[in-house]
Formats: sequence, C-alpha cells, structure tokens
Amino acid sequence: MQPVDKNNFEQEVLGSRQPVLVDFWSPNCEKCIKLMPALQELEQRYHDKIKFVKVDVSKNRRLAIAQKVRNLPAIHLYRNGERVDAVNDQVTGEAVESTIKQVLH
Amino acid sequence: MAKAPQYDTIVVGGGPAGLTAAMYAARARLRALLITKSGMGGQAATTLTIDNYPGFPQGTTGPELGRAIAAQAERFGAQIARDEVLELDLQGEPKTVRTKKLGTLSTRTIILAPGTQPRTLNVPGEGRLRGRGVSYCATCDADLYSDEEVAVIGNGDAAVEEGLYLTRFAKRVWLVVVHEEGTLDATPVIRERAFANERMGFIWNSVLEEIVGDEVVEEIILGNIATGEKQRLPVAGVFIFIGATPQTEFLAQQIELNQSGYIVTGQDMSTSVPGVFAAGDACQKYLRQVVTAAADGAVAAVAAEKFVREEEWLETVFSAPGALLVVCWSPAVRESYQAVYAAEQAAQNTGTRVVKLDLYRHRQLAGRLQVDKPPAILVVQDGTIAARLCGDFTADGVMESLRSVQERNEQCLPIERKEVNLDATSRQEQL
Ligand SMILES: Cc1cc2nc3c(=O)[nH]c(=O)nc-3n(C[C@H](O)[C@H](O)[C@H](O)COP(=O)(O)OP(=O)(O)OC[C@H]3O[C@@H](n4cnc5c(N)ncnc54)[C@H](O)[C@@H]3O)c2cc1C
Repeated sequence: MQPVDKNNFEQEVLGSRQPVLVDFWSPNCEKCIKLMPALQELEQRYHDKIKFVKVDVSKNRRLAIAQKVRNLPAIHLYRNGERVDAVNDQVTGEAVESTIKQVLH
Repeated sequence: MAKAPQYDTIVVGGGPAGLTAAMYAARARLRALLITKSGMGGQAATTLTIDNYPGFPQGTTGPELGRAIAAQAERFGAQIARDEVLELDLQGEPKTVRTKKLGTLSTRTIILAPGTQPRTLNVPGEGRLRGRGVSYCATCDADLYSDEEVAVIGNGDAAVEEGLYLTRFAKRVWLVVVHEEGTLDATPVIRERAFANERMGFIWNSVLEEIVGDEVVEEIILGNIATGEKQRLPVAGVFIFIGATPQTEFLAQQIELNQSGYIVTGQDMSTSVPGVFAAGDACQKYLRQVVTAAADGAVAAVAAEKFVREEEWLETVFSAPGALLVVCWSPAVRESYQAVYAAEQAAQNTGTRVVKLDLYRHRQLAGRLQVDKPPAILVVQDGTIAARLCGDFTADGVMESLRSVQERNEQCLPIERKEVNLDATSRQEQL
C-alpha cells in the first residue's frame, strides 16, 4: 500500500481516475496495525480495480481531520475526488471488503 | 473407539487470560489451539501503559505484553489462530467448537477467555457518532486530537488513566464525573496524578445526556445531577470508559452465567459443564486486571490438563479386554487400605489386573465412575463395570465376585462391549 501524505493527497487520491481506498492509521494504534494484513490481502485481490493507499495520521493530522476522520482505523473510499463510502466503526477485513463490493457495483 | 479429538484443549480468546492458558497447556504437552478474533493481548492491548503488572519496574505496554505472552505460548508449541468462535457443542463426545473460518473443531476440553467489551451508555448520538468522534479506545485515536478539546466519561482507574494518556495530545481533557467535587473512583495514585495534571479539567456532579454533531462530534450535553441544569460543552471527541460487559452471548444456555452475563466458575476455574473451564475478565470475580487474568489462565490450564489425563486414563482402563479390578481409595480414609490390600491379593491369586485410583486426587473421576466415597472396588469385564463391591473387603470376597462375574459372562449372553460409556455401566446390577 502506497503511503500518501498532505502534499500528494490531492493528486494521488482526489485526482485519481481509479477509485481509491485510503487507510487512515497511526503507529500508535494497535488496531490499525492488526488490520493491515487483511488490507494487504484485499489489495492483492482488488488492485486492478481500486488503488490502495495509506495515510499516517500521526504525521498528517490536519489532513485526517479535514477528511472527517475521528477514530482509527478509518477506511475511506474515494471516487472522482469525492468520498463515497467509509468504514469507521468495527473495522474488519470483511467489513472493508463488503464496502469495496458496494462501491464497485 | 470414537475418533480421537483433534485437540486436548481449545482456548477461546487471545487476551492475557487465554494466552497464559495456552502457554501453560502447551508446556504441559497438551495439544492446544488458541482462537482469537482480535489480535494478541485482548483488551490489554488497547491500553498503552500497564504500570502494575509485576516484573516490569518501568511499566510495560499492553501490546508488548500481549506479543510477549503469545511468543512464549508458541515457543511451547501452542497453535494460535485468528478466527472467531461462533458456537460450542458441549453435549456430545468429544466437544466441538464451530468457528467462522476453520470450520468445526473437536476437543477434549475448552478454556473460555472471551473477556469483556466496553459498555455503551446508550445516550442519543452515541451509536450514530461511533467512529465519528465517539471512542472507547484512547490509544487508538489519541493522535487525532492533538490540540483539541475532548471529554472523558467515567472516573474509575481506566477512565482516569486513559484521560491522562490523552493529555499528551489534547490541549484539554474534560473528565465528566458523576460524584461531587473532589471524589473519583480511581485509586489514590491515579487520582493524585489527575489532580496534578494541568491539562485535565473536571466537571463534577454531571452525566452525559447527549452527543451532538452532524457528521462528526461537535459538542456534548451534560446534565448536572445536583442542580438539574444542562451544560453544552464543545469537544472534538468523547471517550467513554464506564466499565465493561462480558462477551459471553455465544455461551448463553450452554454454561452457567450470572445475571450480568459473567461466567460462574469454581476455584479450579471449572464451569458448570465438565471439561469446560473459564478464565479472565469474563468470569465472575473480584478484580479484573492483567495479573488476575493471567493467574486464572494458569489455573484453568492446569485443571484442563488434569481433566485430559483422567479421560485418557479412563479410556485405557476401559478399552482393555478381560477382567480388571479398579480399587478406589483415598489416603485420608483408613478403611480404604484394606480394600487396596484385598484387591491386590485377589488380583495376584487369580492373575487379574488391578489399578488403584486415588479418589482424593481425582474427584472428577469419582463422579464419572459414580463412586460416592472410598473405599470401593469395581470389577470391570471387557470394558464395562460388571460389579461394584463395597462393605468389608477381603481377598476371598473379591475373588468370589470376580468368579461370579466371569461365570455369568460365560453362561449368559456376553455383556455388550461398549466404548467408554459410563452411563451405560451405571445400569449394571449391583452385587
Ligand atoms: C482502558 C483500559 C485500561 C486498562 N489498564 C489496565 C492496567 O493498567 N493494568 C491491568 O492490570 N489491567 C488493565 N486493564 C484491564 C485488563 O485489560 C483486563 O483485565 C485484561 O485484558 C483481561 O484479560 P482477558 O484475557 O480476560 O480478556 P481480554 O483482554 O478482554 O481478551 C479477550 C479476547 O477474546 C477475544 N474473543 C472474545 N470472544 C471471542 C470469540 N467468540 N471468538 C474468538 N475470540 C474471542 C477478544 O477479541 C479478545 O481479544 C485495562 C482495561 C482497559 C479497558
């Protein structure tokens, strides 16, 4: 998963032609770290349809706040520069996958 | 013979209790599998500072401790799987555990350590804004609240500790306390640290009534229980630490739970179902901490090991063909020495095998063999109890019984050869 920060978020996420999945995480967040293997697995399966990126919130807090992230981990899905869906609560691999499927529909 | 179970013990839950149980079980050479739906360390892994676990003078962190116990368990051969246990079948032999990914697994014993989950207040806005500023985990979300104001609901150890952690990020942490000014439920050390912290603010006599926000939390509404007044407090996040509820829904109707859903256990962490043990925060107990969770796990694993060894013993005793004397004795019961002597004499004279069973150490087996108290001698013929002897034991008396059992065996239809089915044996006639 490609790391994205405040400097290239605009270009890599909002300006992307493909839908983008953003994982907002922090090295202090144990739940975020536990979720990563599941996200990597999803990336393998869906990388041709969705771009997977991650934002380290401990270094990009303003960006996260502006994107209305209030709890970690948070998975946001963007298409054509807009957020179309999000998993904020009870974030599991399965919950993320079902959101991906909805967005791809 | 029924197919041997895949595991000697399956541990449900990867918090300190389950991990410690898996470690002890594997070290005792049980085939142990631990299944946990979240990562290693359970609830303890959601808190950063663990100051009171013995052996760490500088304190340790929850995630570190979780990983360390997991590594220790794996070193002794425990298997650890990331999966969720959906259902147990405790009636059949062997017991089975149905999981989300690994399917149905069979085991001799089960150690339940599912822990607790944070309790919700159920005030308006709480559910809707969960994940949007309503949080139950400070270490997860603290990064997002640098230079913001947040509220912490609750005033026990966990609430105040997590509040203190948040002061490293947030510019102001408001502790909403239901008690009058100066009173916190937290222990004195923690209380003093809170009062000394400049970024902590206290709102006394107050309860959370509503969480307000369009897309994310914007403010909370507090009610003053002394004056009845309402107060609006603009905050970016609300952290709720008002205790926990046990994650035992999947156990309802299977094992005994108390009114609040906690598992009721004996001193050896046994539950209401033989072969099922429990450990940690999910149990009815006095103190819910990492150190007591680990202690429960050790006790449960040792009790489970004993259960497994007893089962194995029963199986070997009852799978052997021919005649066998089982003499049930106890070092505390003097008359039982005579029984041991009589049985050994009778065995020697007739060339029969004899095994001694110390009922003081193996009370569980007394129940399974339906022996009320020692002394007693069981005559086992081809895997079933053909006679139960009690009263005054003499070698001659025992030999007499052995003979009559064997004669009966020759005259009548052969006694059904059963697997270890102790229910069936209880129906045998008493001599
Ligand atoms: C904020 C906070 C701070 C704390 N601070 C301290 C402290 O400083 N010192 C201290 O000693 N204690 C502290 N505690 C308490 C401590 O965390 C607990 O006592 C301890 O974690 C209990 O361990 P446990 O193994 O019983 O349960 P848990 O740690 O809750 O672990 C249970 C595990 O089982 C899993 N599980 C549940 N059901 C299933 C299922 N059906 N299938 C698969 N897996 C399942 C859960 O996902 C979880 O991983 C704190 C607790 C909190 C909430």
